[in-house]
Amino acid sequence: MQHWGFPVDISTTGHYVDGLFWLASGLTGVAFLAVVGALGYFLIRYRASATRRAYYTHGDSRGALFVTGGLALLVFCLIDVNLAYHDHTAWDVVWGSPPSSRDALRVEVMPEQFTWNIRYAGPDGVFHTADDVTTINQLHIPANRPVIVQLSSKDVIHSFFLPNLRIKMDAVPGLVTSLYFEAVKPGTYEIACAEHCGFGHYRMRGFLVVEESTKAFDTWLAAQANEGSPDLSWGWDWGGQT
Amino acid sequence: MDRATSAEVEVPLLDIPTGKFGMWVFLVSEIMFFTGLIGSYIVLRLGATSWPKPGEILNTPLLGLNTLVLLSSSLTMALALHAAQQDCQGALKRNLLLTAALGTSFLLIKGYDYVHMWHKGFTISSSLFGSCYYLLTGFHGLHVLSGVILLVYLWAAASRGVFSAAQYGRIEYSGLYWHFIDIVWVVLFAILCLV
Amino acid sequence: MTTETRLPFWRRYIFSTNHKVIAVQYLFTGITFLALGGLMALLIRWQLAYPWQPVPFIGKLLFAGSGGAVTPEAYPMLFTMHGGIMVFFAITPILLGALGNYTIPLEVGARDMAFPKLNMLSYWFLFVGSSILLVSFLVPGGAAGFGWTIYAPLSASTEVLPGWGQDLFILGLALDAVSILMGGVNYITTIMQLRAPGLTLRRLPLTLWGLFFSAVLNTLWLPIVASALFMVLCDRRLGTAFFLAGPLAPHTGGQVLLFQHLFWGFGHPEVYILILPVWGLVGDLLSVFARKPAFGYKATVWSMFAITILSGIVWGHHMFTSGMNPLVGKAFMVLTVTVSVPTAIFFLNWLGTLWRGAIRLTVPMLFTLGVVFVFAIGGLTGLFNALQTFDVYIHDTYFVVGHFHYTLAASVLFGTFAFIYFWFPKIFGRQMNTRLGQLHFWCSFVFLNAVFSVMMFLGLHGHMRRIADATAYEFLKPVQHWNVFIGWAALGLGLSQLLFFINFLYSLFKGAPTPANPWDAGSLAWTVSSPPPEHNYATPPRVFCGPHEYGVPSLTNGDWLSQTDPQAAKLARS
Repeated sequence: MQHWGFPVDISTTGHYVDGLFWLASGLTGVAFLAVVGALGYFLIRYRASATRRAYYTHGDSRGALFVTGGLALLVFCLIDVNLAYHDHTAWDVVWGSPPSSRDALRVEVMPEQFTWNIRYAGPDGVFHTADDVTTINQLHIPANRPVIVQLSSKDVIHSFFLPNLRIKMDAVPGLVTSLYFEAVKPGTYEIACAEHCGFGHYRMRGFLVVEESTKAFDTWLAAQANEGSPDLSWGWDWGGQT
Repeated sequence: MDRATSAEVEVPLLDIPTGKFGMWVFLVSEIMFFTGLIGSYIVLRLGATSWPKPGEILNTPLLGLNTLVLLSSSLTMALALHAAQQDCQGALKRNLLLTAALGTSFLLIKGYDYVHMWHKGFTISSSLFGSCYYLLTGFHGLHVLSGVILLVYLWAAASRGVFSAAQYGRIEYSGLYWHFIDIVWVVLFAILCLV
Repeated sequence: MTTETRLPFWRRYIFSTNHKVIAVQYLFTGITFLALGGLMALLIRWQLAYPWQPVPFIGKLLFAGSGGAVTPEAYPMLFTMHGGIMVFFAITPILLGALGNYTIPLEVGARDMAFPKLNMLSYWFLFVGSSILLVSFLVPGGAAGFGWTIYAPLSASTEVLPGWGQDLFILGLALDAVSILMGGVNYITTIMQLRAPGLTLRRLPLTLWGLFFSAVLNTLWLPIVASALFMVLCDRRLGTAFFLAGPLAPHTGGQVLLFQHLFWGFGHPEVYILILPVWGLVGDLLSVFARKPAFGYKATVWSMFAITILSGIVWGHHMFTSGMNPLVGKAFMVLTVTVSVPTAIFFLNWLGTLWRGAIRLTVPMLFTLGVVFVFAIGGLTGLFNALQTFDVYIHDTYFVVGHFHYTLAASVLFGTFAFIYFWFPKIFGRQMNTRLGQLHFWCSFVFLNAVFSVMMFLGLHGHMRRIADATAYEFLKPVQHWNVFIGWAALGLGLSQLLFFINFLYSLFKGAPTPANPWDAGSLAWTVSSPPPEHNYATPPRVFCGPHEYGVPSLTNGDWLSQTDPQAAKLARS
């Protein structure tokens, strides 16, 4: 369990997110130190005294405008454009390359106040049939296999947050949103709700259990299937994918 | 600019009376308020899977008549302003009253229309179209009502001889407001009833 | 002794149309709600530090049913009211209502605002709106609990949040919106149309530019959120479904996310509405206390204008996790980071003003410098939030809370104190105590940084916002001791404000009398007595230069020229 900094990263793409943080920190850190350094230096060097007279300038000469504008442009290119570009490439990796639904494990998640309803398609691989497996707050997945989650809310907006994978997606009633990920480290992690949804928001906690192998996962899934039959439909489909 | 005389130069941004400037600022906020409502209506309608044909639910001829009523009231308002500028007190008072009367007629016809449709089952909560219709026309109606109250107040002031060819600003600014809500109605009529 | 008939007390001080009286009314109202909002913050931090433990001293009074502890139902009310009160009933009345009303007529050389009666009405709309907010605490079901962001469906369905407290919050906001819009009409008209002869736009104090752009943004965007608020009320009470979909909706067709677009369409400009007057004030005060002209005045004004425009087209960066089209998200990201350019320009101009100055570290100057420091942090951490991929991780965590408290609570709060400490002598004719002011600044500075920097650290760890108890999650238990740290630092911050309250109240009655212009400031307001005459100027002043003519060489007495000094006409450029 991490005591400081980022939670342990169990994903294939999380390091892109962490990397953005370090890049942004470095760049903005330099800018901050420059500003504060100048500020501190000026406050000491140019403090008022009986003899000191300020240098009278409106700072609107060509030179001044050039320097100001030039520095602002420099900041823009070195920091803003740089960061935006890195985020753009990170986005394409983290969010822009969904796995094909043949390889991926597909899961439906329907949050409500204040639990996560989770549905698997079951052995037949088709959702909304009698062999679907539903759980409350237990999202088990096999390690090293892409997972696609479709989300829609039963009541208010919730947000499906996986800190250890550095991703979240809002679950909105009337819409279907989705996210995908792949976990590489077996273990038990937490799912958090990241959108205020009422008085139970603080305890809307789920569990992401990454099983060691497909076999372990299949065993678990089979055990859940014996627990009882679920509601057949949560009311949305996979957008044409079966 | 010659600095020696610049201290003498009056520097308002626009060469219009203060009251007119203020009214325009206010109207910008009103335009944005109706933009929020109308914009939402457009988004909701474009995103809806199905939408009833307005002609089948709304009494388009009656609403068309109401549009003519309001347009006429803009004419009488313009005549009132013209009268004030010409210092014709009689015409001023007449036209202010007429504008108020036409505005009131608009509201009465609207009220009749509302009651009639409500009884037929077209209410604010019966469908998204109903919600949008009553929300937009309802807020517009409130603005017309405020306008009518303003006009009655102006008529009372005119009766006391407050306005003259040198002093007609408030008539002009109120006219701006009145024409604005007229234009809003024309837009609403078009996008709610005709499309 | 004036020859005017003296108005009765209630028309002189209660229902006054005098902008200076109205400004003081706004000031007292705003400060009261600042204290109330601050109390909410302390309750929030107590609950997070010691979840479900009874609050000391005042717990039994506030949370009688639970033995003095915050409850899961009360916690959302605390953060909702904290946010709503701070944004709309504390900062807006102080920085827009009080600062704007007090300074604008004086600084443009007018006897009063363009529409004094409208001005009076605007205060009373705020008063009624804020009273309604207070009443909402007392109704069955308690105060609003949907967050100051009022997201649907949580806000829009009475199935989820019944109780009239929710509606009263929205109503109170709507009345406040009317108040602000009325103020906006006055501010824009007065600044643009009632300037004294010679007071061209490029001779306007930067504070007024900030107030002007702020008022323009309010005029444009407040009505958008007002329309959304009315639609929420319709959804709640009239059976509509503008923002409802799925099982909670009475019929189909509503779009939940539409609310967010409307809200943030206003909400993003709103944060610039709150900070623009501070930026203006900082520009002016740095000049006064460095004893040299504001560096790059025109560039600063154009930058503020650019930000005013940009602020209207970046709202989507609040909605990166809502499932938006990624291309649209990238567009919002690029537009958002572009705000860095004008921001960098006026930051550099601020530093340019200090460069080679003769810096006087008065109490207002301390707070002004404080703004520069904390806004640097706030602005730079904004960049992290602007990055779509990184934001998806930190959205709705304490990283965001830390960021916006640096830009709002820290910068805007320091701006508020810079305003009050600087203008107090002019408003009340007395001086505030300097030692207490210095202590107030340093204590606030230390505690503020302690509280909000640690928050960002918590956010990186994934600590979500708006949760009543972090220990409900295993992955947050290791950082819980930071919540304890923040709690005590917050208490320190709160107690530090007592230094201000004591100083303010004492100085109101017993402060040393002040000369008309204790700061040697050059703008028009400082050419009249402190406090000013009832109608400011007997005749319109004549203006010969800008408000920042400090350090003018070849002056034989003093180092500055007032805006009304005829000598200024001889300056090479003004």
